[in-house]
Amino acid sequence: MKNYIIRRIIQMIPVFIGILFILFFILEQAPGTPVSNMMIPKMTPEQKAELAQKLGLDIPWYERFVNWIGEALHGNLGYSINHKKPVVEVMKDYVGPTLLLSLVSLAISVIIGIPAGVISATKQYSITDNILTVVSFIGISIPSFFFGLLLLKNFAVDVQIFPLFGLKNPLLMSTNPVDKALDVAWHLVLPSIVLGLGSTASFMRYTRSSMLEVIKQDYIRTARAKGLKEKTVIYRHAFRNAVIPIITLLGFWIPSLLSGAVVTETIFALPGLGKISVEATMTRNYPLILGINAMLAVLTLMGALAADILYAIADPRIRYD
Amino acid sequence: MVKSEVLKNTESSHKNLSYWGEVFYRLRKNKMAMISLYLLVVIIALCVFVPVLSHYSIETTDMQNRDQAPSFEHWLGTDKIGRDLFVRLFYAGRISLGLALAVVTLECVTGVVLGSLSGFYGGFIDIVIMRFADIFMSFPFMMFCITIVAVFGNSVTNLIIVLALLSWPSIARIVRGQILTLREMEYMEACEALGISDFRRIFRHLLPNVLAYVIVYATLGMASVILTETSLSFLGLGVSPPTPTWGNMIQEARNTLIIQQKWWYWIPPGICIFISVMCFNILGDGMRDAIDPKMKR
Repeated sequence: MKNYIIRRIIQMIPVFIGILFILFFILEQAPGTPVSNMMIPKMTPEQKAELAQKLGLDIPWYERFVNWIGEALHGNLGYSINHKKPVVEVMKDYVGPTLLLSLVSLAISVIIGIPAGVISATKQYSITDNILTVVSFIGISIPSFFFGLLLLKNFAVDVQIFPLFGLKNPLLMSTNPVDKALDVAWHLVLPSIVLGLGSTASFMRYTRSSMLEVIKQDYIRTARAKGLKEKTVIYRHAFRNAVIPIITLLGFWIPSLLSGAVVTETIFALPGLGKISVEATMTRNYPLILGINAMLAVLTLMGALAADILYAIADPRIRYD
Repeated sequence: MVKSEVLKNTESSHKNLSYWGEVFYRLRKNKMAMISLYLLVVIIALCVFVPVLSHYSIETTDMQNRDQAPSFEHWLGTDKIGRDLFVRLFYAGRISLGLALAVVTLECVTGVVLGSLSGFYGGFIDIVIMRFADIFMSFPFMMFCITIVAVFGNSVTNLIIVLALLSWPSIARIVRGQILTLREMEYMEACEALGISDFRRIFRHLLPNVLAYVIVYATLGMASVILTETSLSFLGLGVSPPTPTWGNMIQEARNTLIIQQKWWYWIPPGICIFISVMCFNILGDGMRDAIDPKMKR
């Protein structure tokens, strides 16, 4: 097992470098150099060259790529001109809301999606099953921005229950941490529903088909023949095997939640990574774009690794050598 | 007795059908999938024939009749510079659906070719192709699309290339997996004994057996590409106005006044996206069941 993990990590390194290489190459094709924004038309060619040299832009891009990786290993991802801060600092400022939103939605989808899938499978073709199936189709098909706008219209504009945007109420004077936490939670209700809906529906579908496959197997018939209670058969015998592929799914789900967060954060104007990455695109803030991409790529690869490890833990039949 | 007769009847009614005939026979029995298919045909027909249905064009502005609620004159109202929204909605459908079709075609062709090469030859070719697949699968999807748009600008062509580039690995993996199994079968040995060329073996003898999976994948792929394109256009990073798509039409609704009072700006495109995505999902699901009845839930 330990050897397997080490081997997987070693395999991940060329993939990661490949991703960064492609990103770096693409950003290199961008019109205008990073200096062109900082240059004053009156500057002489010598001054321009000096500025380029100062910023390390006079060397070829592949050398800069190697330098960038070297610096990144020391935790330096460059400097964001728009924020007047190092990229790492900017990301630290904005990563909180994104993580909070993603984790809350993930929790919602696990807590609702998996049990709903089990119920749907145990009562196959019943009215409950049909309703849940229709709901799950709606969940995977409704565009998140449209769903978000519908919720905003109904619960924030027409009936003003929830706040329209942002993460904090600027008028909240209380310094009590409980009040502050409640305020943030209140602001996150609609965004987490929007981000969670799609994954809840997907988890429901995966759980349902996985349960149905397991229930058909011989050992379940044996368990029933032994005279075990239906609850024991479903939850102790069937569910344990059915949930293994779902656990694996969790690892792969993190990157897709973070992708979804881009849209959700934009609709609800939450100060998160998604919102600054859209801004970074508009202002052509390349170091920040590269930094965020690199971080998300690491998370994606870690998610895949975590999925494999969880799989091995959940299913002792899997052997690695 | 009665039961066996019924069984006989149903069997004989589609006994002498070809493989695809049988698939279609099973699909036709799936009501949800057939309704989805009909709905999609209706939406596509509306997009194709919209110039016949309405005499307005997407660019004609009419400042006297701007910002109007749906009426007999303008079936879905007009926008803030007096363009007819019914016409814009279905021209937008042309872009959204056409773009999705282009992306899915491109990714399937790339995925099938690379996946079958990878599965058929194995060895070094397999390692190289699968490493590339790993790289493209590990890109943070939304962020990477945003990055490409930031660098190359947001044109329809760029969007098609990016989306296809990021999605070919999944289809390549499916095809590769299938071909790895098929390659070991006896009829492939026969092909080898007969001296049939590699090209013919891949495209005439292996791929037809994989085609069913590719079609299911492509149908579900339509749904996800429509969702991605509209999300990007909504963020202002996909297809940009004045070219209408369902995504950038909803962009208007980021204004509270429009959300509150002018439903005709953003509800119809939202419903169009929702219905077409849902239909593609249900149809894809139905086709999977029809192709592989053993997998039926």
